[in-house]
Amino acid sequence: MFKQIVTVLALVLAGNFAVADLTIEINKGKDDPVPIAIVPFGWQPGVAVAEDIASIVEMDLHRSGQFAPLSRGDMLGRPRNASEVYYRDWKSLGVDYVVVGTLTQPMPGTLMANYELLDVNTQRVVLTGSESVSSDKPRYLAHTVSDKIYEKLTNIRGAFRTQLLYVSAVREGGNRTRFRLLKSDIDGANESVLFDSREPIMAPTWSPDGKKIAYVSFESSRPAIYMQDLVTGVRKQLTAFRGLNSSPAFSPDGTKMAMVLSKDGSPDVYVMDLASGSLEQVTNHFAIDTEPAWLPDGKSLIFTSDRGGKPQIYKVQLNTGAVERITFIGDYNARARVLADGLGLVLVHRSNGNFHIAVQDLKRNRVEILTSTNLDESPSVAPNASMLLYATQYDGKGVLAAVSIDGGVKYRLPSRFGDVREPAWSPFLQ
Amino acid sequence: MKYQAKNMFLGVAFFSVLLAGCASTDTDSSGQDGADTVSTYTESADANSSAYDAQDMMNLETVFHFEFDQATLTAKARKALDAQIVRLKKTTGPVRLEGHADERGTREYNIALGERRAIAVADYMAINGIPRYRIETVSYGEERPVAFGQSESTYSQNRRVELK
Repeated sequence: MFKQIVTVLALVLAGNFAVADLTIEINKGKDDPVPIAIVPFGWQPGVAVAEDIASIVEMDLHRSGQFAPLSRGDMLGRPRNASEVYYRDWKSLGVDYVVVGTLTQPMPGTLMANYELLDVNTQRVVLTGSESVSSDKPRYLAHTVSDKIYEKLTNIRGAFRTQLLYVSAVREGGNRTRFRLLKSDIDGANESVLFDSREPIMAPTWSPDGKKIAYVSFESSRPAIYMQDLVTGVRKQLTAFRGLNSSPAFSPDGTKMAMVLSKDGSPDVYVMDLASGSLEQVTNHFAIDTEPAWLPDGKSLIFTSDRGGKPQIYKVQLNTGAVERITFIGDYNARARVLADGLGLVLVHRSNGNFHIAVQDLKRNRVEILTSTNLDESPSVAPNASMLLYATQYDGKGVLAAVSIDGGVKYRLPSRFGDVREPAWSPFLQ
Repeated sequence: MKYQAKNMFLGVAFFSVLLAGCASTDTDSSGQDGADTVSTYTESADANSSAYDAQDMMNLETVFHFEFDQATLTAKARKALDAQIVRLKKTTGPVRLEGHADERGTREYNIALGERRAIAVADYMAINGIPRYRIETVSYGEERPVAFGQSESTYSQNRRVELK
């Protein structure tokens, strides 16, 4: 009984982490953001919607940094479909595109949005869409509309229906800390607790199909790697070796898990076959080898090693075991993640004693620093490679932040209390 | 909308108080001597081995500090360890060494660094006559800081190995 109450309380409390205080700081990008108006959606009489769909779409597009949504107070009308649009009104407001829509309930329990994207300059409808969802998922409906509009106007697949994993640590007095593994929509809404512990939780990561996660938990008073099925909730312990059990990373085909074990002395990279549980040692060096990440082809891994004296990124071919160093700029490069095209890395780069998130172009061997705060870590790239999430500190607390891959857009997702860290951006989920 | 948000906040505040209430009941089992670090050590020592002499543990240094990005024992740490080794030789129970790092650098690299530090202490103990089978090393990296904030004094307190 007592346990049940605590669980319920914990879930209610977790609502308090909701990243409602989203602070968007848009630094000017390479191009001016596209002015767009998302007109509040009309609705069929009798349709009750718990969320403001147009407002969610507006926030999504704003956060991408590529759009500058018009404030509602400046709108001269509230058209619900293309026939109600007076183009010259929108033109006088300097808007390039207008989105209008109507919500209907085609059958009980279903919510439908019929919407149109209009080009003010050509006075044409450029996209007509109709999306429906179960009526308890209005936010998902809004993110679907955002994805379609974003794709139409940028030719990049939208990632507004993705999710993120992260870890929160809340000090509870004395030496007690409560650790939680959380999952939320990418805008911080719909947060849920996936695992809750008095001992540290680290390194959450997604399977490529988004149906499983893996992470490190110290619940047994030692680190061990666990895999959890998000659909069934089934949790499985993958390792419990002496020493480090860290940095799990699913292979691109989802059949293997790269990880770091120090069972034979020093930390080395291993690959486990998830079906058989068999282990293959990938690196073998007395230095620290850690933070493995797969290249998109699944044939090689990158990892951090201090075998050269300072942490740098190396690449290892799985079939030959051949290792080559791939970062040379700066004396600290670590926790790299590969961009989807395999041509670039995002990593933690130390410059003048401060830790920043940087992008390294592997072909030109150029490093571009994206963040200007100190103690930036754990970069995780969106599946469409438009942005990345990372952890930093703000006001003495651990917070999550996002930056566009060109450094032009930044925003913070602060937690109201406790420290949050280790964001992991999901793959596309549909 | 605003009204709703306020209500939700009140709800959460209310539950937070309840939860805090639960938590404080929970702490009753872990001793009454306050929330200082000493009580933690006592608690863990009790849990690990009855062979530990609690009185000795209180008097001897159980935390050994390290320089930035280093896993070599300082002269001060060696001296404190020597005293512990004398005590440990009179006992037979397990020895748990927990390695820690400051927050600078990545979490995974820091957990490896914490392990290096714990192993450095374990090696020193083994060389000086504590059998290996008694010693267990665990690294918490930067996940269990004892001091908070971004100053050198904070960082130096967190770069440590704790004997449990």
